[in-house]
Amino acid sequence: MADRRPPKRQPFSWRSRAFRGVIYQIIAIVLIGGAIWYLAHNTLVNMAARGIQSGFDFLSTTAGFDIGETPITYESLDPYWRAFLIGLLNTLRVAVVGIFLSTILGTLLGIGRFSHNAIVRGVCYAYVELFRNVPVLLQLLMWYLLFTDILPPAYEAITLGDIRLSKNGLSIPVPVWGVGHALALAGAVAGGFAAWGYRRWAIRRFEATGQVPKLFLVPLSLVVGGAVIGWLAGGAPMAMSVPVLDGFALTGGMTATPEFMAVLVGLVLYTSAFIAETVRAGIASVSRGQIEAAESLGLSKGRAMRLVILPQALRVIIPPITSQYLNLTKNSSLAVAIGYPDLVSITNTAINQTGRAVECIAIIMAVYLTLSLTTSAIMNWYNKRAAIKER
Amino acid sequence: MIKTSGRILAGGLVAAAALASAPAHAGKTLDAIKSRGSVVCGVNTGLAGFSAADSQGNWTGLDVDVCRAIAAAVLGDGNKVKWVPLTAQQRFTALQSGEIDILSRNTTWTLTRDASLGMFFTGTTYYDGQGFMVPVKSKITSAKQLKGATVCVQSGTTTEKNLTDFSRANNLNLKPVVFEKQEAATGAYFSGRCIAFTTDASGLASVRNKEAKDPKEHLILPELISKEPLGPSVRRGDDEWFSIVKWVVFGLIEAEEYDITKANVDKMVAESKDPVVMRIVGTSEDTGKLLGLDKNWMVNAIKATGNYGEIFERNVGPKSALGLPRGLNNLWNKGGIMYAPPVR
Repeated sequence: MADRRPPKRQPFSWRSRAFRGVIYQIIAIVLIGGAIWYLAHNTLVNMAARGIQSGFDFLSTTAGFDIGETPITYESLDPYWRAFLIGLLNTLRVAVVGIFLSTILGTLLGIGRFSHNAIVRGVCYAYVELFRNVPVLLQLLMWYLLFTDILPPAYEAITLGDIRLSKNGLSIPVPVWGVGHALALAGAVAGGFAAWGYRRWAIRRFEATGQVPKLFLVPLSLVVGGAVIGWLAGGAPMAMSVPVLDGFALTGGMTATPEFMAVLVGLVLYTSAFIAETVRAGIASVSRGQIEAAESLGLSKGRAMRLVILPQALRVIIPPITSQYLNLTKNSSLAVAIGYPDLVSITNTAINQTGRAVECIAIIMAVYLTLSLTTSAIMNWYNKRAAIKER
Repeated sequence: MIKTSGRILAGGLVAAAALASAPAHAGKTLDAIKSRGSVVCGVNTGLAGFSAADSQGNWTGLDVDVCRAIAAAVLGDGNKVKWVPLTAQQRFTALQSGEIDILSRNTTWTLTRDASLGMFFTGTTYYDGQGFMVPVKSKITSAKQLKGATVCVQSGTTTEKNLTDFSRANNLNLKPVVFEKQEAATGAYFSGRCIAFTTDASGLASVRNKEAKDPKEHLILPELISKEPLGPSVRRGDDEWFSIVKWVVFGLIEAEEYDITKANVDKMVAESKDPVVMRIVGTSEDTGKLLGLDKNWMVNAIKATGNYGEIFERNVGPKSALGLPRGLNNLWNKGGIMYAPPVR
């Protein structure tokens, strides 16, 4: 409480380092701003001089074209912004599922590189070298060729019960959504909360008594049990929407088109090879002493990996894996080559129907930038959590 | 790198539009062509009969010949053309940014394109309509039977919207699978991913003859679901160049009407006393001067490619590999609708 005087002010000087710093920054901002203004202004003037219409007003006009895959309802009379939204959802669908699957596959492959079994080690090594060294566009084209050339036509689909696999894609029956399913979902969420509470309690008990918690089976049964109770409470609805062939189209059920499958499989196999290498590097970075210490405590190999090695490896793994997630998202734009209606494909069509190339490319750039920054933000948050806490 | 190269080009063109310091001045295109010594012509990356390059890099086709005729009329030599192969998606940006002088790439003349893309269509060189192709073994004989079918289509074309309109009007619920490249779209159709492939009827014939393993296994359905007048277009803001491109095409049609051919054009110049023929070949009035061209502009054009009928027969006509009937593209006095205003 003694020293509350304001700090002594430095006398202002034209030669002070702080002043020069501010001046440099102002100059930099003016130059960058001026360059952007010049480019934008010049573009507009040139386009006006050539009679090219510009502006974003087209977004609210009728799109007038159909889209093959629509996660939410869309018809050709809807406006352009909704067509763009469909494209974005299709991109996100591939990106999110792709990130999820490639993380699992990549982690397994990365751990497999340390296996004591020479065959497992060799297979993982061969996989990584094969998939990471073939250009991803070629892989997409190859999978698409496989899916469309080899599979039978829709009317002679390979069937397994109500599951159909053909050139029209993979169709599976899905439950008809009803009250019972909403209750089941609510039950699962409630089970999730219960599992979270159990986990806290079990960890506290472990720290107090040393009793090893069951952190997989109990939470899982809580979630599944909650869902089953909700489903039973809703009258156990059994109605299924089954895919059937009507003319040339499959109606009912849920269908993954060959385009979607080819993009997903191609991107997952390619990206997981990189993730495997990152995971391997992360595990290799954990010092040998840690492993020996875990062994001397009597931890089994699996528990040593889960409790000792992976948490430390994550510090090394997360930053490069973020780049891989971003790459996967951006690589999904290659889907244009095989006819998957992602954001880029929809934008291509929009550019040609409206002629607004500058506006449409600006939209793509803004969307991919937002997606990438969001992914980075989430991963940075996770990285902070996983980073070692100096005490 | 199918996709990336396309996007780099598109991005580059947008950047070029942003950086170009001033718009082209009227009348400059002709001067630029003369000082450069060549016409830069945007064509299809590969559509047999319209524009396709052989293994030696020689371009042939109806759209290609239009450019050759213009180069011959302007520079006196039909080979002074620089070819720029463009995808459907790149074509308008290439024209807008000044990358090419003419876009002659089986492009449909529509209001939106004429009024809002900074370009003008100069005329029609091929009257077409959109059709469907299906495998014979699918036993489909009419487009109305395509209910729920997947249809392969190339992006960036009027085709996409026509398909949607047709599907709505007939309640067919067609599912488009959209590809950036024509080759990818036809590849998916031939692999059986799509029940049908759709594009302009001339394009269907081209694909069936050049890409199918056995052309007899594929049927082009009788319905034409749209009007597709295909023709060359030029950038806005240069009315002189617009006139030249327009009148070279009219001149080729007029030449067919008055039986001036590649073979007899020299004889016509020397002997013909028909006043219309004399005007076209420049032995009486100097029509070239009005366009800013040489007196013998049409003679050069006809020597390079022949008249419109010869161009049609050589590239797409009944005796060519495509074997398309003359149909609507016949002269107005022979049952078609090809009609050129008089060259005088």
